[in-house]
Amino acid sequence: MSKYATVIGLEVHIELATASKIFCSCPTEFGKEPNTHVCPVCLGLPGSLPVLNRRVVEFAIKAGLALNCEIPRFAKFDRKNYFYPDLPKAYQISQYDLPLAVSGYLEFALNGETKRVGITRVHIEEDAGKLVHGDFADYSLADYNRTGVPLIEIVSEPDLRSPEEAKAYLEKLKSVIQYTGISDVKMEEGSLRCDANVSIMPAGSKEFGTRSEIKNMNSFKAVQRGLVYEVDRQKEVLEAGGKVVQETRRWDEHKGITFSMRSKEEAHDYRYFPDPDLVPIIVEHDWVEEIRQSLPEMPDARRTRYVSEWGLPEYDAAVITASKAMSDFFEATLAEYHDAKAVANSLMGEILKYLNAHGIEIHQTRLTPSHLAELLKLQTDGTISGKIAKTVFEEMFSSGKKPAEIVKEQGLVQISDKDAIAAIVEQVITDNPKSVEDFKAGTEKAIGFLVGQVMKISKGRANPEMVNQLLREKLR
Amino acid sequence: MLEECTVAEALKLLGKKEISALELTEAALHRVEAVDERIKAFVTVTRNEALATAALVDAKRLSGEEMPPLAGIPMALKDNMCTKGVLTTCSSKILDNFKPPYDATVVELLRDAGTVLLGKTNLDEFAMGSSTENSALFTTRNPWDVERVPGGSSGGSAAAVAADEVCFALGSDTGGSIRQPAAFCGVVGLKPTYGRVSRYGLIAFASSLDQIGPFTKDIWDCALVMNAIAGYDSRDTTSVPLASPDYTAQLLGGVKGLRIGVPKEYFAAGIDRDVRNAVQKALNVLVALGAEAEEISLPHTDYGIPVYYLIAPAEASSNLARYDGVQYGYRAEADNLLEMYKKTRSQGFGSEVKRRIMLGTYALSSGYYDAYYLKALKVRTLIKQDFDEAFKKFDLILTPTAPSTAFPVGTVEDPLTMYLNDICTIPVNLAGLPALSMPCGFVNNLPVGLQLIGKPFAEATILQAAYAYEQHSGLAKKKPVLSGKGVPKDE
Repeated sequence: MSKYATVIGLEVHIELATASKIFCSCPTEFGKEPNTHVCPVCLGLPGSLPVLNRRVVEFAIKAGLALNCEIPRFAKFDRKNYFYPDLPKAYQISQYDLPLAVSGYLEFALNGETKRVGITRVHIEEDAGKLVHGDFADYSLADYNRTGVPLIEIVSEPDLRSPEEAKAYLEKLKSVIQYTGISDVKMEEGSLRCDANVSIMPAGSKEFGTRSEIKNMNSFKAVQRGLVYEVDRQKEVLEAGGKVVQETRRWDEHKGITFSMRSKEEAHDYRYFPDPDLVPIIVEHDWVEEIRQSLPEMPDARRTRYVSEWGLPEYDAAVITASKAMSDFFEATLAEYHDAKAVANSLMGEILKYLNAHGIEIHQTRLTPSHLAELLKLQTDGTISGKIAKTVFEEMFSSGKKPAEIVKEQGLVQISDKDAIAAIVEQVITDNPKSVEDFKAGTEKAIGFLVGQVMKISKGRANPEMVNQLLREKLR
Repeated sequence: MLEECTVAEALKLLGKKEISALELTEAALHRVEAVDERIKAFVTVTRNEALATAALVDAKRLSGEEMPPLAGIPMALKDNMCTKGVLTTCSSKILDNFKPPYDATVVELLRDAGTVLLGKTNLDEFAMGSSTENSALFTTRNPWDVERVPGGSSGGSAAAVAADEVCFALGSDTGGSIRQPAAFCGVVGLKPTYGRVSRYGLIAFASSLDQIGPFTKDIWDCALVMNAIAGYDSRDTTSVPLASPDYTAQLLGGVKGLRIGVPKEYFAAGIDRDVRNAVQKALNVLVALGAEAEEISLPHTDYGIPVYYLIAPAEASSNLARYDGVQYGYRAEADNLLEMYKKTRSQGFGSEVKRRIMLGTYALSSGYYDAYYLKALKVRTLIKQDFDEAFKKFDLILTPTAPSTAFPVGTVEDPLTMYLNDICTIPVNLAGLPALSMPCGFVNNLPVGLQLIGKPFAEATILQAAYAYEQHSGLAKKKPVLSGKGVPKDE
């Protein structure tokens, strides 16, 4: 057992998928010409005033409820004051002491055990703009399209005990948020960002060590790497007889290190105070209940149901429900095809392999649940073999054609005609006397070679069961 | 003498087709040319736009179209209200080149009402001051005595109306910035209830206190202008979703039975004796007209100024942080970002603005927040409760507007002494109440202001009492005599 215990708390920012910004009606759309989705309000022009987008509050409450939070009746906005060129008002409208959601939790499974992590709070705030630094230019350019895009910040309790747990927490958080539909939660595109507070303490201690805050970890992998590095760094400091200092550190993805950005003494005094331009939010109980009713079935509930209702193994259920898109696909396929395990096998086999290879989600492919159901039916009724199914999959992903069509076009229909197969079997027996002899002499595995030869000649179309059966009959 | 017309008089003449909107605007522009060299009310005169607007109004009139309520009336705006494409400086170096790409809500409303914008008026930089001496551009002069200040911060608007350069003007009032200059210049100035008039497009000083209101030559006009600018605005969530009445409807109601509270704290030692006497006489008139008056106490009055000078600078320190040289306005040359910020703000802001930014920054700092800002918010509530209590028994509260009449330019150098000018007006902003200043007499030919404070959204009650008093006093007709270079006496 390690000499030290690790303590981690995460602050996760998630971009909400509302159509318009948090305090004005500018679109939130990503990737447009710089400074085209702006107006006096999100540019923070003198005299402009923010007007709260109700949808943002609804989405944040949804996140809060999905994370088992309490929703206080009274919430307010505060200004976080600091100077930076991407922040046009020189303050960010955020929530300080009275956020929209408090005191929740999130459970995730790791190494067969369920871990519960406290959620301190969920609050809403506005995003800042983006600075573009030219490679050799002595100036920077500011793009305010992103300014005012709504964010929620989800703050966890310092309940995580390892970088591995942190990663598992993030994956589960992503999954839960994805289910609520309030964000597309893509870390790589910046719609999910994560800062971590990390400290270590002697194993068995009750008192947390001095923490550092790590910024700029931009992928799940980076979070784990960054945290592993930081924990090791703090251990080395302590081992060398030093003290960990409270500071903000930045993760450098290329060098694989964290480095000091600013010390506690240099920490910003944000001078939070209630924003006098915005009236407090009164959250009516009925509205919260309405939002609660609108929540879809969450991944944990689905996983349990898949096991009890469809008889899926726990592992399969967990893999499929981790992604809402995958899980929805699964259910849609089951509406047209009865065998849940077969659907699960397809999803976790060929399909997941393809998705991982291309780094996409299932709804981004041309594959549809109907097509998968049809493919499985073609296998069940013996039209194609499992092997052929793989070929069909590839074509389905790339062309989006119906499987029956693909099978017909490419002549992939399984040969189940006994005479046709028998002819090939005869030929293989004639051509491979050595293997035939081996088999007859008791070398069981020789038949595998012979089956392979038949499949090869039939271009994979021969019904493998029939091949096996005919071979054995002839060689008996 | 067309320029002397009130809004109501001008509307009458326009209605009878005795004059055109163009003639009215030309008369006003002529007056500006004649007197503004001495008054210095205007930062920008929008001469061409004004003439074009007036011509457009006339064209519509001739075609027989139904005209909006204030069609053809020349007016001015304090230069902290955003006007699309027209310089909006806040009388600050840091915004001396700022042309907003949008109109403030009040600007839209006044345009819809058919008014003619004649120009933008001077103020203490970012509305911080009580004399317009803090303007980075120049000091506006009091039409009653050009050696004296017009008050502030809306000194330009007050002086422009007093000098008959426009029929009416808008100002903004954070701690007395409409009422005190109205008092000094002998005109009517109303600060509406917080939330009655949209703040959208008003360049913020202290968001929880700022409110836009009219300067007019008499009470009737004040009601007319309020009809045009009051109301809910979905772009300002602090504006109140409450229908606004016709403010002229109640004007003739008289004061019989109206209960007036007279807080003793507002007649204390710091208030000039002559001012006290003038206000007392006005009270006597109101009582003679049938009002009931009684001395009351607003015990937390003394805390008004200290509370205000924590809350207003705290909000200002944040509101004014955006003037950083990045997007618009003045930018100092520098080698790096931090230096650019420092130089831009050091050079771009005047000393009073910087003083308040520092005060506010300090008050909000971690470790001091509870002792200063939070405490101030609590005392603000106590001040509001004083008024709530009083208004259980009374319809109006009557006080002086300012402790003295207009003082000579350059004589108040100590900021704290300057701050005391707003001792009678600040508590009203802290409580969010409506209050009006109107002339109630003269001391050494300088006007004295009477302040009438009302219940939330009871502007109509204030106007009703004010109208009754004005009819009796006849002071609205009294005009300053402008003499000297370039000022034709009898035009």
